Amino acid sequence: MSARNTGAGELFAALPEADEAAQRRLHTRLAAAAAAAGILDVAYRTVDTPVGTLLVAATGQGVVRVAYLVREDPDRVLEQLAERVSPRVLRDPAHLGLDQAAREIDEYFAGRRRRFDLPLDFRLSHGFRRTVLSRLLEIEYGSTASYAAVAAAAGSPRAVRAAGTACATNPLPVVVPCHRVIRSDGLLGGYAGGPENKATLLALEAGAAA
Amino acid sequence: MRRQPFEAVVDRYGPTVLRVCRAVLGPAAAEDAWSETFLSAMRAYPALRPDSNLEAWLVTIAHRKAIDQLRAQRRRAVPTGEVPERPSPDGVPGGWESDLWASLRALPLKQRQTVAYHYLAGLPYAEIAEILGGTPEAARRAAADGIAALRRTYLEGAARS
Repeated sequence: MSARNTGAGELFAALPEADEAAQRRLHTRLAAAAAAAGILDVAYRTVDTPVGTLLVAATGQGVVRVAYLVREDPDRVLEQLAERVSPRVLRDPAHLGLDQAAREIDEYFAGRRRRFDLPLDFRLSHGFRRTVLSRLLEIEYGSTASYAAVAAAAGSPRAVRAAGTACATNPLPVVVPCHRVIRSDGLLGGYAGGPENKATLLALEAGAAA
Repeated sequence: MRRQPFEAVVDRYGPTVLRVCRAVLGPAAAEDAWSETFLSAMRAYPALRPDSNLEAWLVTIAHRKAIDQLRAQRRRAVPTGEVPERPSPDGVPGGWESDLWASLRALPLKQRQTVAYHYLAGLPYAEIAEILGGTPEAARRAAADGIAALRRTYLEGAARS
């Protein structure tokens, strides 16, 4: 209590500053009501995986963002969604689309899923980067392609560096498999989730595909 | 100035708005008022000026939602004359809801509101006057009277028992 409230603090000592059980209950109720009213523009939750915790966000159109929390600050990811999609962002683990996304990601890491059947919202990517991402969906589970091959498939064979940037800035890693794009000399190259996680995903797919 | 994600608004101001709703409405109706407040705020949020005072904005919405709850209670109360208290989902016998709320409920509504908006939400009397109508001085007097009454009924009552 500040000086302004001197003397009144004792009066309200019985009224908890923060009632976590009530806040949790009210948050769940708010997310459900907002979703029912059609004003929950961006829902998100986290999913624990062998490559660390992922933040997964969805709009009414589909999954819009997957972020490796080992590499990105969740507050920053949410601020970016608020700026670029809508400020009506709420955590909602019960969200239907997110529940499906979490289940499919679990299955993928358990080696029981080779492709994601999730609606995707590509609105965070534009132009050539978006074209590249749509090409990535065609690289089969357990196989890889070179940055040069991806640039060519996207219609600009000389834009190898731009294809690399499109992969590095992929807003939907794991579900849009930028980890399957490697250098022409066989080295793995960079990855939004860190090079060690790229190796982990490729080893998982090689093992499950064998 | 960037607009923060609504999740951050709920996280930062949710507890204060709940305390305000509880002080004005009591434990049972407070959660309905809180839910209506944040749903309504979320609806309007994208059009809100990014430099707005979020706490004052939320308390203003909570004020209106609390009035709605009180009106609904009065309508329900007509046939029986007394509103049955709904059990609080987290009600602890002898907790604040039975003692502090009993004292708060005995105050005139305006005193309860000014006490909640000033002492729990930290709004200055000028803002409270905007929300309630009237002058800042009248709001200050109502809050002072409310605090004095609470001291008599709640603190001294507790000391005697």
